[in-house]
Amino acid sequence: MSPVLSARGLGKRYGRRWALHECDLHVPAGHVVGLVGPNGAGKTTLLHLAVGLLTPTAGRIEVLGNPPSDDPAQLARVGFVAQDTPTYSRLTVGDHLALGAHMNPHWDGAMAQRRIEDLDLDPKQRAGTLSGGQRAQLALTLAVAKRPEFLILDEPVASLDPLARREFLQDLMEVVAEHGVSVLLSSHLVADLERVCDYLVVLVASRVQVAGEVEELLGTHRRLTGPRHDIDALPRDQYVIEESHTDRQSTLLVRCDGPVLDPSWTVEPLGLEDLVLAYMEQAGGGTRRRRSSNARSNVAKLDVAQ
Amino acid sequence: MIAFGWRQFRGQATIGIAGLVVVAVVLAVTGPHLVSVYDTAIAACRASGGTGSACNNPVTSTFNALQTAVPILVLVVPVLIGMFWGAPLIAHELETGTFRLAWTQSVSRLRWLLVKLGLVGLASMVVAGGLSLMVTWWASPIDKVSQNRFSPSLFALHGFVPAGYAVFAFALGATAGLVIRRTLPAMAVTLVGFIAVRFGVTYWVRPHYMSPATTTLPLSNAAAGFSYTGAAGSPGVASINTQQPDLPNAWVTGTSIVDKAGQAPTSAYIKQACPSLISGGPPPAGAVVHARGGGGIFGGKSAVAQVAPGVQNSLTRCFSTLGAKYHEVVTYQPADRFWTFQTMETALFVVLALALAGGCAWWVRHRIS
Amino acid sequence: MIEFHLDSRSGVSPYLQIVQQVRQAMRLGLLHQGDQLPTVKEVVAQLAINPNTVLKAYRELEHEGLASARPGVGTFVTGSLGAESLAAHGPLRQALQRWITKARRAGLDDESIEALFRDSFRSAGEEDIA
Repeated sequence: MSPVLSARGLGKRYGRRWALHECDLHVPAGHVVGLVGPNGAGKTTLLHLAVGLLTPTAGRIEVLGNPPSDDPAQLARVGFVAQDTPTYSRLTVGDHLALGAHMNPHWDGAMAQRRIEDLDLDPKQRAGTLSGGQRAQLALTLAVAKRPEFLILDEPVASLDPLARREFLQDLMEVVAEHGVSVLLSSHLVADLERVCDYLVVLVASRVQVAGEVEELLGTHRRLTGPRHDIDALPRDQYVIEESHTDRQSTLLVRCDGPVLDPSWTVEPLGLEDLVLAYMEQAGGGTRRRRSSNARSNVAKLDVAQ
Repeated sequence: MIAFGWRQFRGQATIGIAGLVVVAVVLAVTGPHLVSVYDTAIAACRASGGTGSACNNPVTSTFNALQTAVPILVLVVPVLIGMFWGAPLIAHELETGTFRLAWTQSVSRLRWLLVKLGLVGLASMVVAGGLSLMVTWWASPIDKVSQNRFSPSLFALHGFVPAGYAVFAFALGATAGLVIRRTLPAMAVTLVGFIAVRFGVTYWVRPHYMSPATTTLPLSNAAAGFSYTGAAGSPGVASINTQQPDLPNAWVTGTSIVDKAGQAPTSAYIKQACPSLISGGPPPAGAVVHARGGGGIFGGKSAVAQVAPGVQNSLTRCFSTLGAKYHEVVTYQPADRFWTFQTMETALFVVLALALAGGCAWWVRHRIS
Repeated sequence: MIEFHLDSRSGVSPYLQIVQQVRQAMRLGLLHQGDQLPTVKEVVAQLAINPNTVLKAYRELEHEGLASARPGVGTFVTGSLGAESLAAHGPLRQALQRWITKARRAGLDDESIEALFRDSFRSAGEEDIA
């Protein structure tokens, strides 16, 4: 199956600053993909490049097999909800549905109507008076009733309270279950993504740090704790992502392809949040001084091409 | 897309239509009265053999407040359309981020832009054109008196040319909003740009739509004037002021006093030809200019003439001397060219608007990020 | 129809939690043969988890012979985990209760009892393998 998004050497520069740099991705279809990274890492830039709101400075990007363009046929296959869910504040909920109906050839009016009723939204209410959660749901309705093959959501739950957040994700998953849409959603909170995503892309400092199926990532990353070790003595197939040492103890976060055979290590699985944090810190996203006094070990850039 | 474009424009369109209706009602109610005042005065003037007080037609002072307000309205509506319909058209979407919603539906940016520009551009022409045609109808009794509609100040307030101004102002506003991306600065740019273009066209382009016609008039002291100016103690400068020709509803673009070779009379020549007028040094107290035109915005005849009896004979002798060599040349656009000029100016502004729209189309496809 | 819940901090992967909850429900007699399991859509709408997770869980149950999917209709319970079998092991239960009483009298607290049990359970399992 062709990837739903593929990028090769993708980059976007503003003046002298690269908002996104040397990005290689092959995101498979049929997944809910999480794009996680700190603020300013380039997530919005990547998403805007994917929907054609930006053009690349370097490299290429393809969505559903075609470069993102102004072509109505391509636009119809991708649904997008921008950050802060922009809506026309003076237009009513009903007006927004009319927007969807008039501007999309495959608009599913019945589905849109049903969702609005289920959400208890008043069609005559102006969008500017809706709560944040309601606006997010309205924006999701617009994107989903368009019947796209691929849904791209930019931090859709960032400003929502926990209940609104949960309801949004419930609805989103229901849509995925019912219609088989591929989803790419970005967030700077890993906890949101952990429940719903089965593919993860970690973006820090304008570069992709790691990308792969969540199951594979969780299965291959480990926390090793044990007596003080010299990292250079580790076997070849163990890549250290984060290390910290006291005079007696070493704690390592590693990616390993095979089992850890050294019995002096206590091996524990790594939670997704800790995994992401480790990659973020490694990329220089953190501000705390590291305790390690050793030189950084050789860490390969991990790109799990599917 | 067109249907959605209408929904977005709904609120502004309502205000425009409502305003138009209000104005229409006011004009419809007051119009017939103007006509009757005019007709009564004409009849009374004829009855008095052309000398009665009614021959200074009182229609020019009927509904004074309206006669001031209505022209201002026609003057101002195009630029208001540019600032309030044009500038926010795209800038508002860029400012609030709703363009990220609009451009990720299944409609290309170009189509989105052209529908919005076309819809509101058309509405601009309808509102401004409708307004100015209504006002032209209402003011026709006043125009019949002042006969001044081709002049720079009144041309822009008559006929259908405000429709051209409005669509140009709208396109200018939309372009400014697209490029600057913020509504308020775009409004300011629209205002300044519109005024500059209107000014430039009125004084530097409009005179050249068609080659002006010329006519000559003999010098006559009944209509022209003599003036002698200078500081006390220094030799004064003598000159002859031209008279306004009797060309109702024409646009006089220039008058000059020249001889057969096209040379203007020098101060020295005039002094030598009219010695009696300059003897005694300072300008004679009685020499004045006979003026025609002026008055309110819609024009009106007013004559100012005060000549002391002794000076009158000197003036007549002086002018018959000068008139042997010099005559007055008037360049003007004849009255029957009024509607041609309206069409040409409207076309010019519409073409400018289309050019700006084309610029917007290019910008939105290639320059947005 | 049963309802699932997710413990995001249990360390057990979500799909496995679903499998366990189905098994538990069958053991407790809440699910009988022929009962329909909640549809994927219903589960994700309630739990906000990835549909693939639910699909994986249901496939695992199929693999264990406990459920089978009927395309277009749903997934139904086919096997049984013998709710009766628990009842049939009455003597075992009683022996266990007696042991627990003994352990308490020996002075062990709840945590120690659990730890003791787990440790023995594990080493017994290792002996089986060996």
